[in-house]
Amino acid sequence: MAKASITFEDINVTVSAPAGTRVIEISEKVGSAITYGCREGECGTCIMKVTEGWNNLSEPSVLEDKILRENMAGKHNRLACQAQVLGGVIRVKPV
Amino acid sequence: MNKPALVNADNVPQAVALSERVHWIGALDPSLRTFDIILKTANGTSYNAYLVRGSAGVAVIDTVKEGFAGDFFARLESVARYDEISVIVLNHLEPDHSGALPELMRRAPQARLYISQKAQSMLKALLKQDAFDFTPVLTGDTVTLGDRTLSFLHTPYLHWPDTQCTHLIEEKILFSGDVFGCHFCDTRLFNDEVGDFRFSFEYYYAHIMRPFKTFVNTALDIIEPLLPLSKILPAHGPFLCDQPQRYVQRYRELSRSALQSEISANEKTLLIFYISSYGNTRRMAEAIYEGAMGIENVRVSLYDLEGSEISPFVDLIESADGIVFGTPTINGDAVKPVWDLLSSLAVVSMKGKLGGVFGSYGWTGEGVKMVEDRLRGLKLRVPIAGIRIKLIPTDEEMNQCREFGHELAQELLGLRQAKVIDMADLA
Repeated sequence: MAKASITFEDINVTVSAPAGTRVIEISEKVGSAITYGCREGECGTCIMKVTEGWNNLSEPSVLEDKILRENMAGKHNRLACQAQVLGGVIRVKPV
Repeated sequence: MNKPALVNADNVPQAVALSERVHWIGALDPSLRTFDIILKTANGTSYNAYLVRGSAGVAVIDTVKEGFAGDFFARLESVARYDEISVIVLNHLEPDHSGALPELMRRAPQARLYISQKAQSMLKALLKQDAFDFTPVLTGDTVTLGDRTLSFLHTPYLHWPDTQCTHLIEEKILFSGDVFGCHFCDTRLFNDEVGDFRFSFEYYYAHIMRPFKTFVNTALDIIEPLLPLSKILPAHGPFLCDQPQRYVQRYRELSRSALQSEISANEKTLLIFYISSYGNTRRMAEAIYEGAMGIENVRVSLYDLEGSEISPFVDLIESADGIVFGTPTINGDAVKPVWDLLSSLAVVSMKGKLGGVFGSYGWTGEGVKMVEDRLRGLKLRVPIAGIRIKLIPTDEEMNQCREFGHELAQELLGLRQAKVIDMADLA
Protein backbone atom coordinates (compact mmCIF):
# COMPACT_ATOMS: atom_id res chain seq x y z
CA MET A 1 0.00 0.00 0.00
CA ALA A 2 1.22 3.54 -0.83
CA LYS A 3 2.53 5.37 2.19
CA ALA A 4 3.09 8.99 3.06
CA SER A 5 5.63 10.41 5.47
CA ILE A 6 4.13 13.20 7.56
CA THR A 7 6.15 15.25 10.04
CA PHE A 8 4.52 17.19 12.88
CA GLU A 9 7.01 20.00 13.31
CA ASP A 10 5.83 21.06 16.78
CA ILE A 11 6.86 17.74 18.29
CA ASN A 12 9.44 16.72 15.68
CA VAL A 13 7.78 13.37 15.03
CA THR A 14 7.53 11.78 11.58
CA VAL A 15 4.96 9.09 10.91
CA SER A 16 4.78 6.77 7.97
CA ALA A 17 1.06 6.36 7.28
CA PRO A 18 -1.04 4.63 4.59
CA ALA A 19 -2.37 6.84 1.80
CA GLY A 20 -5.90 7.97 2.56
CA THR A 21 -5.34 8.44 6.32
CA ARG A 22 -6.71 11.74 7.64
CA VAL A 23 -4.18 13.95 9.42
CA ILE A 24 -6.39 14.00 12.53
CA GLU A 25 -6.02 10.25 12.99
CA ILE A 26 -2.24 10.52 13.02
CA SER A 27 -1.84 13.76 14.96
CA GLU A 28 -4.00 12.65 17.85
CA LYS A 29 -2.04 9.43 18.22
CA VAL A 30 1.33 11.17 18.39
CA GLY A 31 0.11 14.16 20.47
CA SER A 32 0.74 17.07 18.13
CA ALA A 33 -0.68 20.36 19.42
CA ILE A 34 -3.15 20.64 16.53
CA THR A 35 -6.42 20.89 18.47
CA TYR A 36 -9.84 19.67 17.38
CA GLY A 37 -13.39 20.86 17.89
CA CYS A 38 -16.21 19.37 15.82
CA ARG A 39 -13.92 16.96 13.96
CA GLU A 40 -16.26 17.22 10.97
CA GLY A 41 -14.85 20.16 9.03
CA GLU A 42 -17.31 22.73 10.29
CA CYS A 43 -15.73 24.64 13.18
CA GLY A 44 -12.25 25.49 11.89
CA THR A 45 -10.54 24.69 15.22
CA CYS A 46 -8.02 22.32 13.61
CA ILE A 47 -6.54 24.72 11.08
CA MET A 48 -2.91 23.70 10.55
CA LYS A 49 -0.09 25.08 8.47
CA VAL A 50 1.31 22.90 5.71
CA THR A 51 4.98 23.81 5.39
CA GLU A 52 5.86 21.18 2.80
CA GLY A 53 4.04 18.75 0.50
CA TRP A 54 0.80 20.68 -0.12
CA ASN A 55 0.16 18.54 -3.20
CA ASN A 56 0.67 15.36 -1.20
CA LEU A 57 -2.60 16.04 0.63
CA SER A 58 -6.09 15.48 -0.80
CA GLU A 59 -7.69 18.55 -2.44
CA PRO A 60 -9.81 20.67 -0.06
CA SER A 61 -13.55 20.23 -0.58
CA VAL A 62 -15.88 23.16 -1.28
CA LEU A 63 -16.99 23.02 2.37
CA GLU A 64 -13.40 23.05 3.65
CA ASP A 65 -12.56 26.01 1.41
CA LYS A 66 -15.56 27.88 2.81
CA ILE A 67 -14.55 27.20 6.43
CA LEU A 68 -10.95 28.22 5.72
CA ARG A 69 -12.14 31.48 4.17
CA GLU A 70 -14.51 32.23 7.03
CA ASN A 71 -11.70 31.69 9.52
CA MET A 72 -9.38 33.99 7.61
CA ALA A 73 -6.94 31.14 7.08
CA GLY A 74 -3.67 31.80 5.29
CA LYS A 75 -2.92 30.27 1.92
CA HIS A 76 -0.89 27.37 3.32
CA ASN A 77 -3.56 26.33 5.80
CA ARG A 78 -5.74 23.22 5.80
CA LEU A 79 -8.17 21.57 8.20
CA ALA A 80 -6.42 18.62 9.83
CA CYS A 81 -9.71 16.77 10.25
CA GLN A 82 -10.36 16.86 6.49
CA ALA A 83 -6.98 16.60 4.77
CA GLN A 84 -5.88 13.07 3.85
CA VAL A 85 -2.28 12.10 3.19
CA LEU A 86 -1.75 10.79 -0.34
CA GLY A 87 1.97 9.92 -0.41
CA GLY A 88 5.40 11.54 -0.48
CA VAL A 89 6.69 13.90 2.19
CA ILE A 90 4.43 16.27 4.13
CA ARG A 91 5.31 18.65 6.95
CA VAL A 92 2.66 20.34 9.11
CA LYS A 93 2.42 22.35 12.31
CA PRO A 94 -0.30 23.96 14.45
CA VAL A 95 -1.11 27.58 13.57
CA MET B 1 -11.20 74.25 31.27
CA ASN B 2 -14.88 74.00 32.16
CA LYS B 3 -16.76 70.76 32.01
CA PRO B 4 -17.86 70.26 28.38
CA ALA B 5 -21.60 70.68 27.75
CA LEU B 6 -22.82 67.19 26.93
CA VAL B 7 -26.47 68.24 26.61
CA ASN B 8 -28.25 71.49 25.66
CA ALA B 9 -30.83 73.43 27.67
CA ASP B 10 -33.52 70.98 26.57
CA ASN B 11 -31.41 68.06 27.75
CA VAL B 12 -30.71 66.89 24.19
CA PRO B 13 -27.22 65.33 23.87
CA GLN B 14 -24.76 67.61 22.06
CA ALA B 15 -21.49 66.92 20.25
CA VAL B 16 -18.28 68.02 21.98
CA ALA B 17 -15.69 69.94 19.93
CA LEU B 18 -12.16 68.54 19.82
CA SER B 19 -11.05 70.96 17.12
CA GLU B 20 -12.87 73.18 14.68
CA ARG B 21 -13.49 70.20 12.39
CA VAL B 22 -13.53 67.26 14.79
CA HIS B 23 -16.31 66.41 17.25
CA TRP B 24 -17.00 63.67 19.74
CA ILE B 25 -20.41 62.11 19.09
CA GLY B 26 -20.16 59.11 21.42
CA ALA B 27 -22.05 58.07 24.54
CA LEU B 28 -21.37 57.57 28.24
CA ASP B 29 -22.33 54.39 30.09
CA PRO B 30 -21.68 55.16 33.77
CA SER B 31 -23.61 52.16 35.13
CA LEU B 32 -21.57 49.41 33.43
CA ARG B 33 -19.60 47.30 35.94
CA THR B 34 -18.50 44.28 33.92
CA PHE B 35 -17.32 44.47 30.33
CA ASP B 36 -17.01 41.42 28.07
CA ILE B 37 -17.15 39.09 31.13
CA ILE B 38 -13.41 39.53 31.77
CA LEU B 39 -13.13 43.20 32.73
CA LYS B 40 -14.40 45.15 35.71
CA THR B 41 -14.98 48.87 35.71
CA ALA B 42 -15.62 50.89 38.82
CA ASN B 43 -17.29 53.85 37.13
CA GLY B 44 -18.54 52.60 33.77
CA THR B 45 -17.17 53.33 30.33
CA SER B 46 -17.65 55.48 27.27
CA TYR B 47 -18.25 54.45 23.66
CA ASN B 48 -16.35 57.08 21.74
CA ALA B 49 -17.39 57.94 18.20
CA TYR B 50 -16.11 60.92 16.26
CA LEU B 51 -17.15 63.13 13.37
CA VAL B 52 -14.66 64.82 11.02
CA ARG B 53 -15.77 67.58 8.67
CA GLY B 54 -13.80 68.24 5.49
CA SER B 55 -14.46 70.73 2.70
CA ALA B 56 -15.89 67.93 0.53
CA GLY B 57 -17.45 65.50 2.93
CA VAL B 58 -18.10 64.36 6.48
CA ALA B 59 -16.72 61.20 8.07
CA VAL B 60 -18.08 59.31 11.06
CA ILE B 61 -15.46 57.24 12.85
CA ASP B 62 -16.90 54.34 14.88
CA THR B 63 -20.37 54.16 16.40
CA VAL B 64 -21.60 53.04 19.84
CA LYS B 65 -23.23 50.08 21.60
CA GLU B 66 -26.74 49.58 20.24
CA GLY B 67 -28.53 50.66 23.44
CA PHE B 68 -26.75 54.03 23.30
CA ALA B 69 -27.64 54.82 19.69
CA GLY B 70 -30.08 57.55 20.79
CA ASP B 71 -27.30 59.67 22.34
CA PHE B 72 -25.04 59.00 19.35
CA PHE B 73 -27.57 60.13 16.75
CA ALA B 74 -28.58 63.18 18.77
CA ARG B 75 -24.93 64.27 19.07
CA LEU B 76 -24.34 63.58 15.39
CA GLU B 77 -27.39 65.63 14.42
CA SER B 78 -26.12 68.56 16.51
CA VAL B 79 -23.15 69.00 14.12
CA ALA B 80 -24.06 67.39 10.76
CA ARG B 81 -26.87 66.29 8.47
CA TYR B 82 -27.07 62.65 7.42
CA ASP B 83 -26.92 63.56 3.72
CA GLU B 84 -23.52 65.20 4.30
CA ILE B 85 -21.91 61.98 5.50
CA SER B 86 -19.71 60.52 2.77
CA VAL B 87 -17.47 58.23 4.83
CA ILE B 88 -18.04 55.83 7.73
CA VAL B 89 -14.99 54.19 9.29
CA LEU B 90 -15.15 51.32 11.71
CA ASN B 91 -11.80 50.83 13.41
CA HIS B 92 -13.11 47.75 15.23
CA LEU B 93 -16.27 45.74 14.70
CA GLU B 94 -16.99 44.59 18.24
CA PRO B 95 -20.68 45.28 19.02
CA ASP B 96 -19.87 48.15 21.41
CA HIS B 97 -18.55 50.04 18.37
CA SER B 98 -20.70 48.68 15.55
CA GLY B 99 -24.04 48.65 17.41
CA ALA B 100 -25.44 51.76 15.71
CA LEU B 101 -23.94 51.01 12.28
CA PRO B 102 -27.01 49.43 10.62
CA GLU B 103 -29.20 52.38 11.58
CA LEU B 104 -26.49 54.88 10.55
CA MET B 105 -26.19 53.19 7.14
CA ARG B 106 -29.97 53.38 6.80
CA ARG B 107 -29.98 57.10 7.61
CA ALA B 108 -26.94 57.86 5.44
CA PRO B 109 -27.25 55.38 2.56
CA GLN B 110 -24.89 57.38 0.33
CA ALA B 111 -21.98 56.96 2.78
CA ARG B 112 -19.17 54.52 1.98
CA LEU B 113 -18.06 52.15 4.75
CA TYR B 114 -14.30 51.62 5.28
CA ILE B 115 -13.14 48.63 7.34
CA SER B 116 -9.91 46.66 7.60
CA GLN B 117 -9.22 43.73 5.28
CA LYS B 118 -9.63 41.31 8.16
CA ALA B 119 -12.98 42.80 9.19
CA GLN B 120 -14.77 41.64 6.06
CA SER B 121 -16.02 38.24 7.22
CA MET B 122 -16.72 39.57 10.72
CA LEU B 123 -18.98 42.30 9.37
CA LYS B 124 -21.25 39.72 7.84
CA ALA B 125 -21.23 37.49 10.92
CA LEU B 126 -21.94 40.37 13.29
CA LEU B 127 -24.59 42.25 11.39
CA LYS B 128 -26.22 39.30 9.64
CA GLN B 129 -26.77 41.45 6.59
CA ASP B 130 -25.31 41.14 3.13
CA ALA B 131 -26.59 44.48 1.92
CA PHE B 132 -23.67 46.61 3.14
CA ASP B 133 -21.17 47.56 0.54
CA PHE B 134 -17.77 48.50 1.89
CA THR B 135 -14.16 49.19 0.98
CA PRO B 136 -11.52 47.07 2.75
CA VAL B 137 -8.38 49.09 3.56
CA LEU B 138 -4.77 48.47 4.55
CA THR B 139 -1.92 50.60 5.94
CA GLY B 140 -1.32 53.59 3.69
CA ASP B 141 -4.74 53.62 2.06
CA THR B 142 -6.38 57.03 2.31
CA VAL B 143 -9.77 58.62 1.80
CA THR B 144 -10.24 62.30 1.17
CA LEU B 145 -12.81 64.68 2.62
CA GLY B 146 -11.49 67.60 0.53
CA ASP B 147 -9.16 69.54 2.82
CA ARG B 148 -9.03 66.69 5.33
CA THR B 149 -7.54 63.24 4.68
CA LEU B 150 -7.96 60.02 6.59
CA SER B 151 -5.14 57.50 6.37
CA PHE B 152 -5.49 53.94 7.69
CA LEU B 153 -3.06 51.91 9.79
CA HIS B 154 -3.46 48.16 9.83
CA THR B 155 -2.99 47.16 13.50
CA PRO B 156 -4.40 43.63 13.73
CA TYR B 157 -5.06 41.76 17.00
CA LEU B 158 -5.40 44.85 19.15
CA HIS B 159 -7.49 43.09 20.32
CA TRP B 160 -9.39 41.40 17.48
CA PRO B 161 -8.08 40.39 14.05
CA ASP B 162 -9.93 43.31 12.47
CA THR B 163 -8.60 46.24 14.50
CA GLN B 164 -7.15 49.29 12.75
CA CYS B 165 -6.34 52.93 13.53
CA THR B 166 -7.24 55.98 11.45
CA HIS B 167 -4.99 59.03 11.14
CA LEU B 168 -6.38 62.46 10.34
CA ILE B 169 -3.28 63.70 8.57
CA GLU B 170 -3.81 67.50 8.53
CA GLU B 171 -4.58 67.69 12.26
CA LYS B 172 -2.19 64.96 13.41
CA ILE B 173 -5.01 63.18 15.25
CA LEU B 174 -5.01 59.40 15.69
CA PHE B 175 -8.36 57.66 16.09
CA SER B 176 -6.93 54.61 17.75
CA GLY B 177 -9.88 52.27 18.32
CA ASP B 178 -9.39 50.18 21.47
CA VAL B 179 -5.64 50.87 21.51
CA PHE B 180 -4.77 53.42 24.24
CA GLY B 181 -8.34 53.11 25.52
CA CYS B 182 -9.72 52.24 28.93
CA HIS B 183 -13.02 51.71 30.68
CA PHE B 184 -13.38 54.95 32.59
CA CYS B 185 -16.45 57.13 32.50
CA ASP B 186 -16.07 60.79 33.37
CA THR B 187 -18.11 63.66 31.97
CA ARG B 188 -14.99 65.86 31.89
CA LEU B 189 -13.82 63.67 28.96
CA PHE B 190 -10.25 65.08 28.51
CA ASN B 191 -7.23 63.32 30.01
CA ASP B 192 -6.02 66.44 31.82
CA GLU B 193 -9.48 67.12 33.29
CA VAL B 194 -10.89 63.73 34.34
CA GLY B 195 -10.27 61.93 37.62
CA ASP B 196 -7.26 59.65 38.03
CA PHE B 197 -7.64 57.03 35.29
CA ARG B 198 -4.10 55.60 35.36
CA PHE B 199 -5.23 52.39 36.99
CA SER B 200 -7.95 51.90 34.37
CA PHE B 201 -5.46 52.50 31.55
CA GLU B 202 -3.02 49.91 32.91
CA TYR B 203 -5.78 47.45 33.80
CA TYR B 204 -7.24 47.68 30.30
CA TYR B 205 -3.83 47.02 28.77
CA ALA B 206 -3.24 44.06 31.11
CA HIS B 207 -6.49 42.36 30.17
CA ILE B 208 -7.08 43.37 26.58
CA MET B 209 -3.69 44.04 24.97
CA ARG B 210 -1.22 41.94 26.98
CA PRO B 211 -1.97 38.64 25.19
CA PHE B 212 -1.02 40.40 21.95
CA LYS B 213 2.25 42.07 23.00
CA THR B 214 3.99 41.13 19.76
CA PHE B 215 1.20 42.79 17.79
CA VAL B 216 1.33 45.84 20.08
CA ASN B 217 5.02 46.28 19.27
CA THR B 218 4.34 45.88 15.53
CA ALA B 219 1.54 48.46 15.73
CA LEU B 220 3.77 50.88 17.68
CA ASP B 221 6.34 50.58 14.89
CA ILE B 222 3.87 52.27 12.54
CA ILE B 223 2.29 54.61 15.12
CA GLU B 224 5.53 56.09 16.54
CA PRO B 225 6.59 57.65 13.20
CA LEU B 226 3.39 59.72 13.38
CA LEU B 227 4.60 61.44 16.57
CA PRO B 228 4.23 64.17 17.59
CA LEU B 229 0.47 63.69 17.43
CA SER B 230 -1.82 66.49 18.59
CA LYS B 231 -4.36 64.06 20.01
CA ILE B 232 -5.01 60.36 20.40
CA LEU B 233 -8.73 59.69 20.43
CA PRO B 234 -9.47 56.14 21.58
CA ALA B 235 -12.77 54.27 21.37
CA HIS B 236 -13.13 54.05 25.18
CA GLY B 237 -12.15 56.40 27.99
CA PRO B 238 -10.61 59.87 28.13
CA PHE B 239 -9.39 61.77 25.04
CA LEU B 240 -5.59 61.82 25.16
CA CYS B 241 -5.01 65.44 24.22
CA ASP B 242 -2.41 66.36 26.84
CA GLN B 243 0.96 64.76 26.01
CA PRO B 244 -0.45 61.90 23.93
CA GLN B 245 3.06 60.58 23.30
CA ARG B 246 3.29 59.51 26.96
CA TYR B 247 0.60 56.91 26.34
CA VAL B 248 2.44 55.62 23.28
CA GLN B 249 5.61 55.36 25.37
CA ARG B 250 3.74 53.56 28.14
CA TYR B 251 2.42 50.97 25.67
CA ARG B 252 6.00 50.37 24.56
CA GLU B 253 7.11 49.91 28.18
CA LEU B 254 4.23 47.58 28.98
CA SER B 255 5.02 45.45 25.95
CA ARG B 256 8.56 44.74 27.19
CA SER B 257 9.50 42.43 30.05
CA ALA B 258 9.00 44.07 33.44
CA LEU B 259 12.31 43.26 35.08
CA GLN B 260 15.56 42.74 33.22
CA SER B 261 15.98 38.99 33.12
CA GLU B 262 19.19 37.44 34.42
CA ILE B 263 18.88 34.71 31.84
CA SER B 264 21.41 35.07 29.04
CA ALA B 265 20.41 34.99 25.39
CA ASN B 266 21.64 31.46 24.72
CA GLU B 267 19.83 29.99 27.75
CA LYS B 268 16.31 28.57 27.84
CA THR B 269 14.04 28.65 30.88
CA LEU B 270 12.05 25.72 32.19
CA LEU B 271 9.54 26.17 35.03
CA ILE B 272 8.27 23.20 36.99
CA PHE B 273 5.05 23.73 38.96
CA TYR B 274 3.63 21.08 41.22
CA ILE B 275 1.17 20.48 44.00
CA SER B 276 1.21 17.40 46.16
CA SER B 277 -0.96 15.95 48.93
CA TYR B 278 1.24 13.11 50.26
CA GLY B 279 4.57 14.15 48.77
CA ASN B 280 4.57 11.73 45.82
CA THR B 281 4.01 14.31 43.08
CA ARG B 282 6.53 16.54 44.91
CA ARG B 283 9.18 13.80 44.78
CA MET B 284 8.50 13.36 41.09
CA ALA B 285 8.88 17.13 40.61
CA GLU B 286 12.23 17.11 42.39
CA ALA B 287 13.50 14.25 40.25
CA ILE B 288 12.40 16.01 37.04
CA TYR B 289 14.12 19.17 38.29
CA GLU B 290 17.29 17.19 38.95
CA GLY B 291 17.15 15.58 35.51
CA ALA B 292 16.66 18.90 33.72
CA MET B 293 19.48 20.53 35.72
CA GLY B 294 21.89 18.10 34.10
CA ILE B 295 21.60 19.96 30.80
CA GLU B 296 23.71 23.05 30.34
CA ASN B 297 22.08 26.26 29.12
CA VAL B 298 18.68 25.44 30.55
CA ARG B 299 17.73 27.50 33.61
CA VAL B 300 15.31 25.36 35.62
CA SER B 301 13.03 26.61 38.42
CA LEU B 302 10.84 24.59 40.77
CA TYR B 303 7.67 26.01 42.35
CA ASP B 304 5.08 24.61 44.75
CA LEU B 305 1.70 25.97 43.64
CA GLU B 306 0.67 26.21 47.28
CA GLY B 307 3.34 28.84 47.86
CA SER B 308 2.00 31.76 45.83
CA GLU B 309 -0.94 33.66 44.46
CA ILE B 310 -1.63 33.00 40.79
CA SER B 311 -0.67 36.33 39.25
CA PRO B 312 3.14 36.20 39.86
CA PHE B 313 3.15 32.72 38.31
CA VAL B 314 1.36 34.09 35.24
CA ASP B 315 4.14 36.71 34.93
CA LEU B 316 6.80 33.99 35.18
CA ILE B 317 5.09 31.79 32.62
CA GLU B 318 4.75 34.65 30.15
CA SER B 319 8.50 34.88 29.71
CA ALA B 320 9.36 31.18 30.10
CA ASP B 321 10.31 28.83 27.27
CA GLY B 322 8.98 25.65 28.86
CA ILE B 323 6.40 24.84 31.55
CA VAL B 324 5.87 21.56 33.35
CA PHE B 325 2.91 20.83 35.61
CA GLY B 326 2.74 18.21 38.32
CA THR B 327 -0.74 17.30 39.47
CA PRO B 328 -2.13 14.43 41.48
CA THR B 329 -5.42 12.98 40.22
CA ILE B 330 -8.22 13.28 42.73
CA ASN B 331 -11.68 11.91 41.90
CA GLY B 332 -10.77 11.55 38.25
CA ASP B 333 -9.56 15.09 37.74
CA ALA B 334 -6.47 17.26 38.00
CA VAL B 335 -6.64 19.41 41.14
CA LYS B 336 -8.18 22.88 41.36
CA PRO B 337 -4.99 24.93 41.99
CA VAL B 338 -3.61 23.57 38.70
CA TRP B 339 -6.81 24.41 36.80
CA ASP B 340 -6.90 27.84 38.45
CA LEU B 341 -3.46 28.66 37.07
CA LEU B 342 -4.24 27.13 33.67
CA SER B 343 -7.43 29.16 33.39
CA SER B 344 -5.51 32.37 34.12
CA LEU B 345 -3.16 32.12 31.16
CA ALA B 346 -5.48 33.66 28.57
CA VAL B 347 -3.89 37.05 29.31
CA VAL B 348 -0.46 36.00 28.06
CA SER B 349 0.77 34.53 24.81
CA MET B 350 1.47 30.81 25.22
CA LYS B 351 1.91 29.79 21.61
CA GLY B 352 4.83 27.52 20.88
CA LYS B 353 6.11 27.13 24.45
CA LEU B 354 7.15 23.64 25.52
CA GLY B 355 4.75 21.85 27.86
CA GLY B 356 4.92 18.71 29.96
CA VAL B 357 2.83 17.05 32.67
CA PHE B 358 3.37 14.48 35.41
CA GLY B 359 1.67 13.29 38.55
CA SER B 360 1.06 10.57 41.06
CA TYR B 361 -2.37 8.97 41.37
CA GLY B 362 -4.22 6.40 43.42
CA TRP B 363 -6.77 4.82 41.09
CA THR B 364 -6.78 5.95 37.47
CA GLY B 365 -4.60 9.02 36.90
CA GLU B 366 -6.65 10.91 34.29
CA GLY B 367 -5.35 14.29 35.50
CA VAL B 368 -2.11 14.12 33.51
CA LYS B 369 -3.83 13.56 30.17
CA MET B 370 -6.42 16.26 30.93
CA VAL B 371 -3.73 18.85 31.63
CA GLU B 372 -1.80 17.79 28.51
CA ASP B 373 -4.91 18.43 26.43
CA ARG B 374 -5.37 21.81 28.07
CA LEU B 375 -1.75 22.72 27.27
CA ARG B 376 -2.32 21.77 23.62
CA GLY B 377 -5.47 23.88 23.69
CA LEU B 378 -3.30 26.79 24.84
CA LYS B 379 -1.12 26.09 21.77
CA LEU B 380 1.86 24.68 23.65
CA ARG B 381 3.95 21.89 22.16
CA VAL B 382 3.68 18.69 24.19
CA PRO B 383 6.19 16.42 22.46
CA ILE B 384 7.02 14.13 25.37
CA ALA B 385 4.23 11.99 26.81
CA GLY B 386 3.53 12.76 30.47
CA ILE B 387 4.42 10.46 33.36
CA ARG B 388 1.78 8.97 35.64
CA ILE B 389 2.95 7.01 38.65
CA LYS B 390 0.69 4.97 40.90
CA LEU B 391 1.07 6.25 44.48
CA ILE B 392 4.66 6.14 45.78
CA PRO B 393 7.32 6.24 43.04
CA THR B 394 9.85 3.39 43.06
CA ASP B 395 13.57 4.01 42.47
CA GLU B 396 13.10 2.98 38.87
CA GLU B 397 10.18 5.36 38.47
CA MET B 398 12.24 8.16 40.01
CA ASN B 399 14.85 7.50 37.31
CA GLN B 400 12.08 7.73 34.74
CA CYS B 401 11.25 11.18 36.13
CA ARG B 402 14.90 12.25 35.92
CA GLU B 403 14.96 11.08 32.30
CA PHE B 404 11.71 13.02 31.62
CA GLY B 405 13.34 16.21 32.97
CA HIS B 406 16.49 15.52 30.98
CA GLU B 407 14.50 15.03 27.77
CA LEU B 408 12.41 18.17 28.33
CA ALA B 409 15.58 20.23 28.78
CA GLN B 410 17.10 18.69 25.65
CA GLU B 411 13.93 19.41 23.70
CA LEU B 412 14.15 23.08 24.74
CA LEU B 413 17.59 23.30 23.18
CA GLY B 414 16.53 21.33 20.10
CA LEU B 415 18.89 18.49 21.02
CA ARG B 416 16.39 15.64 20.98
CA GLN B 417 16.57 13.22 18.10
CA ALA B 418 13.69 13.47 15.64
CA LYS B 419 11.38 10.50 16.04
CA VAL B 420 10.23 8.37 13.11
CA ILE B 421 7.28 6.04 13.68
CA ASP B 422 5.24 3.71 11.55
CA MET B 423 1.49 4.26 11.86
CA ALA B 424 1.03 0.53 12.43
CA ASP B 425 3.12 0.77 15.62
CA LEU B 426 0.91 3.46 17.14
CA ALA B 427 -1.63 2.22 19.63
